[in-house]
Amino acid sequence: MKLYAKFFSLHLRSVMQYKSSFFLMTIGQFIMAFSAFLSVWFLFDRFYQVDGFTFQQVLLCFSVTLMSFSLCEGFFRGFDTFSYTVRNAEFDRILLRPRNEIFLVLASKIELSKMGRLLQAFLVFLYAIPTSGVEWNFQRVLVLVLMLLGGVCVFCGLFLLYAAICFFTIEGLEFMNIFTDGGREFGSYPMGIYGDGILRFFTFVVPIACFQYWPLLYLLGKNESLWCMLSPLVCIVFLLPCWAFWRFGVRHYQSTGS
Amino acid sequence: MKKYASFFRIRFVNALQYRAAALAGMATQFFWGGMLLLMFAAFYHSAPESFPMDFQALSCYIWLQQAFLAMLNSWAFENDIFEAISSGNIAYELCRPMGLYGQWFVKAAANRVARAVLRCVPVLVFAALLPAPYGITLPPNVGAALLFVFSLFLALGVVVAFTMVIYIITFYTISPTGVRMAATSAAELLSGSLLPLPFFPEGLRQLAELLPFASMQNVPLRVYSGELSGQAAAWSVGLQVFWLAALLALGVWMMHRALHRVVVQGG
Repeated sequence: MKLYAKFFSLHLRSVMQYKSSFFLMTIGQFIMAFSAFLSVWFLFDRFYQVDGFTFQQVLLCFSVTLMSFSLCEGFFRGFDTFSYTVRNAEFDRILLRPRNEIFLVLASKIELSKMGRLLQAFLVFLYAIPTSGVEWNFQRVLVLVLMLLGGVCVFCGLFLLYAAICFFTIEGLEFMNIFTDGGREFGSYPMGIYGDGILRFFTFVVPIACFQYWPLLYLLGKNESLWCMLSPLVCIVFLLPCWAFWRFGVRHYQSTGS
Repeated sequence: MKKYASFFRIRFVNALQYRAAALAGMATQFFWGGMLLLMFAAFYHSAPESFPMDFQALSCYIWLQQAFLAMLNSWAFENDIFEAISSGNIAYELCRPMGLYGQWFVKAAANRVARAVLRCVPVLVFAALLPAPYGITLPPNVGAALLFVFSLFLALGVVVAFTMVIYIITFYTISPTGVRMAATSAAELLSGSLLPLPFFPEGLRQLAELLPFASMQNVPLRVYSGELSGQAAAWSVGLQVFWLAALLALGVWMMHRALHRVVVQGG
């Protein structure tokens, strides 16, 4: 943990060398997320509600997804760009160091400019909490925290999976974007609106619905079952197969040379 | 002209080499288009009367957008060009016996066309096989089809001319990422690639239709289904011609000024 803090301050100091560039990038990230928000707003300006969810309720979902995605993107950047690490045999150097390789990849890149997106998501979150019509009590706040935690776990798992595939393909595979970027884009809306087949897929295969649709039903009092309340825990379990696959990839790693 | 043609051919053949990437890209586009349509369907079922387009026209819009994504998106930049500028390799390119603007323009256009050629056919075939309101249909008449092709190429021109302006701005700021992101997200929103322009609130929609961004995707994709036809279509295509000319002129002028004071970095 202390070592990670050291890495963190290293990254922070390195971006602060190019202050104007850093702030421009952060602003760019903010604007980018803002246009996604605008398109949601325009749709609700016209339709008022979708599948029984109001604008503010969808925003709650939107902000939880976006916050967990941008946290992961910022801190898991090393896995997102992992194909480069494999291709130029950086990974050999990582394996030589006396620390856990996941930790080292994690610490190798921290992208602080992604915080622009996080800030935007957080502002939307603050707006959505009082206006979404949820009657807050202790359990519901707990579920909200679990939703965020679950979201971070799912996206981390997906990034880890993406990186592990690079051990075999060397190139990054664009189709994984379906789950990472696609998860962010389409996870802005509760997964239930896409129909049953999609909902089942995103519950049992890639548990994105488990940190937004199901617990959201609980928060809104549409479904009070324990299963809905605890569904974000599934997301934590999702990390296990991803981690196992990563271990499998590391064991099969062959260096690509210089 | 021959120089440009062969330059185009080199880039084209080069881009055709990445077939696995194209395959992965296609899978992504099927999924993306499908999810978008399901999302719009959910809104449609909530309030069919406030849906601003025919659902069939929307399906055509989405599938064409996915099929020609590589050609018309506003976020694909040639990394070579940025590298040439910040590493100083631009000095070599300046030595070649052809204008730098033309060289880069052709390079970017060729890459976009090559990527789209590989991807568009399977996506369109797949989309044609889908059931009625979700699939793609033929354009309503020959006129719309011809106008679509014409408008598509104009759109390509406008997109490339727009990215050229961004490249040239890079001459002035060595770190281009911020400018690029701001320009890209404005273009994404206002070209109708996040949300088709008819879904915008009144007032904003009219404004967006006048801006150059609308010429990048909005016009060709709506001309195809006949959603934009007759006088409105003629007006929009005319606007595309205007923006193409304006952005080309702006780019050439900026390039001219930038090259006067170019300082090559690195050794």
